[in-house]
Amino acid sequence: MIKFDDVSKTYPGGQQALRRVSFHVAPGELVFLTGHSGAGKSTLLKLISIMERPTVGNVYINGHNLNEITRKDIAYIRRDIGMIFQNHQLLMEKNVFDNVALPLIIEGYTRKQIEKRVDAALHRVGLLRKKRNLPMMLSGGEQQRVGIARAIVNNPPILLADEPTGNLDPALSMEIMSIFEDYNQAGGSVFIATHDLGLIARMKYRTLTLKQGQMITDGLTQNWQEDGHEPVI
Amino acid sequence: MSLLFKGRNQGAQRIKVSKLQKLFMFFSDNLRQAVSSLGELTRAPFASLMTIAVLGLSITLPAALYVLVKNLDRVSSDWQQASEVSVFLKENIAQQDIEQLIKRLKTWPEIKRLEYIPADKALDEFTQTSGFGDALQYLESNPLPNVILVYPTSRHAQPNSARDLLDRLLREREVELGKLDIEWLERLHAIVAIAKELVTLIAVLLFVSVILTVGNTIRLNIYNKRDEILVMKLVGATDGFIQRPFMYTGFWYGLLGGIMAWITVALILWWMGSSIDRVINLYNQSFQLRGLDFPILISMLAISVGLGLLGSYLSVKRYVAQIEPK
Ligand SMILES: Nc1ncnc2c1ncn2[C@@H]1O[C@H](COP(=O)(O)OP(=O)(O)OP(=O)(O)O)[C@@H](O)[C@H]1O
Ligand SMILES: [Mg+2]
Repeated sequence: MIKFDDVSKTYPGGQQALRRVSFHVAPGELVFLTGHSGAGKSTLLKLISIMERPTVGNVYINGHNLNEITRKDIAYIRRDIGMIFQNHQLLMEKNVFDNVALPLIIEGYTRKQIEKRVDAALHRVGLLRKKRNLPMMLSGGEQQRVGIARAIVNNPPILLADEPTGNLDPALSMEIMSIFEDYNQAGGSVFIATHDLGLIARMKYRTLTLKQGQMITDGLTQNWQEDGHEPVI
Repeated sequence: MSLLFKGRNQGAQRIKVSKLQKLFMFFSDNLRQAVSSLGELTRAPFASLMTIAVLGLSITLPAALYVLVKNLDRVSSDWQQASEVSVFLKENIAQQDIEQLIKRLKTWPEIKRLEYIPADKALDEFTQTSGFGDALQYLESNPLPNVILVYPTSRHAQPNSARDLLDRLLREREVELGKLDIEWLERLHAIVAIAKELVTLIAVLLFVSVILTVGNTIRLNIYNKRDEILVMKLVGATDGFIQRPFMYTGFWYGLLGGIMAWITVALILWWMGSSIDRVINLYNQSFQLRGLDFPILISMLAISVGLGLLGSYLSVKRYVAQIEPK
C-alpha cells in the first residue's frame, strides 16, 4: 500500500529532512506519524503525495514505484490518495459543495452521483447545512472539515492527513478521528501526521516516530502505556 | 454505515465508472466547461474585449485587403480578354495568299475573331485622319503593311497563352511581324501579384501577433488561477483536464474576434463600396464589387478560431505544466 525503502530526502540548499527511512503500511492499517517540529513529518507525506521526490531510495504506492512513473500517472495515483492539508487548500471562490465535489468531477462522476456523495461526505463531517457557503465564511475548524470531506468523498484507498486536528478543540478532534476510524474499518489505509501525543495515546494505534529525519520508533502506542513510557522523541 | 464508505470491505476498491458513462461525462464536461469559459470572459469584460478587439482587427486588415485584391484580380482578368494581336504581313504577298492565310487562321481554336485591314484601306484612313493627306499623295508606294487583327478566345487571352499564339502566328510564312498589346496588362498583373504577396505577408505578421497576444492573455489567466490549478493537481486532475477551460477561452476569443472582423470588413466594404464601384465602372460596365461570400466568411472564422486555439495551446502547454504543488 505505502512502502518506503531506504528513503532519504535532502532539500535543495542542503537541509536533510529524511535519513534512510524504511517502513510499510499495509491495506486497512491506521498509522500515526509523530515527531518534533522540523522532524520531517510533512516531508514524508509530500513524498507519498508526489509533491516532493526522494533524493535516494524508493517510495511505492499501491505497488507503483514513484521513481518510475510518468507525469500523467501522478494525477491518477493522487486520485487514490485523499489528502488533508495543514492549510486546507480549499478553492476560495467556490462554495463548500463545489470544493468537495472537485475530485468527483475530475474522475467523471455524473451530476447525480456527485450530489449524493458530496451530501454524504458533508453529512459525515457535520457541514451539510453550510454546503452553499464560501470557505471564507467558515471557521478554521470548519474549513478543516471541508478538506476532510473532500479527501473522503471519492472513497480513495489511502487517506493522508497532516495535522488534521491542529486547529480543533478536543471534542471536535475526537469526532474527526472517529471519521478516520470509520473509514479505516471500511478497509482504507490512514496515515496521520500529528504533534498531538495525547490524541495518539488515547487512540492505541501503530505509531512511527521521526527524530531529525530518522525513524526512531515503530510500534503500538498501547505498549508505551503498558510499559509506563511516553513515546521517545 | 453511510453510502460513503460502502463497497470496500477488503482493501481498496473504488466506485467504478463505466466507459460509456466516462464518454458521456466527457461531452457534458466539455459543454459545461465551454459555457463556463464564456462566462469567465464576462467576469473581466474590458480585458476580454481588448483581446477580442486585437484579434478582430488583426483579421480585419488582411481580410479587407484580400477582398479588394480579389476584386482587382477579377477586374484585370476581365480586361485581359480584350487583348488583341496585331499581325503585320510581309510585302509582296499575293492577295490569294492573304485570303488563304485568313481562311487557315479562322480554323485555329485559339482565335475568336479576325479583322483584316488591307494596306490601301489603312492608308486611306490615315490620309483622312492624320492631316498629312496632301503630303501622302506624293508617296511612290504605300508604306503601310497589310494587317490582320487577331482576337483570341478568352481561354487564350492570358498573357502566356497569348504569347504562344503570337509565336504560332509568327511561324506563318506570310507574317512579317506581330505585336501583342498586353504589356500594360502584364504590368497590372505584376502589381496585383505583388499586392497579393503583400497581403499574405501582412496577414502572416498579424496572425503571429494574434497568437502571441492570445498566448499572453491566456498566460495571465493561468497565473491568476494558480492556486486553483495547484489544488486541482493535488486532488488528481490531469494537465489535460486543467488545460481544457483555457483552450475554450482561446476558442471563444477566436470565434468572437472572427465575428467582429467579419462585421468590420462588411462595414468597410459597404462604406467604400459605392466609390469603388464608380471607379471600376469607368472601365468596365458589367463589374459588380464582390464582398464577403460564404467561403470567405467561413475561412475567416476558421482562421480566427484556429489562431485563438493555437495561442492558448502554446501557453497552456508551457505554463500549466510549470505549476506544481510543493
Ligand atoms: N521546501 C523546503 N525547502 C528546504 N527545506 C525544507 C523545505 N521544507 C521543509 N524543509 C526543512 O526540512 C525539515 C523537515 O521539515 P518538515 O516540514 O518535514 O517538518 P515537520 O515535521 O512537518 O514539522 P512541523 O511539525 O513543524 O510541521 C525542516 O528542517 C525544514 O526546515
Ligand atoms: Mg509539518
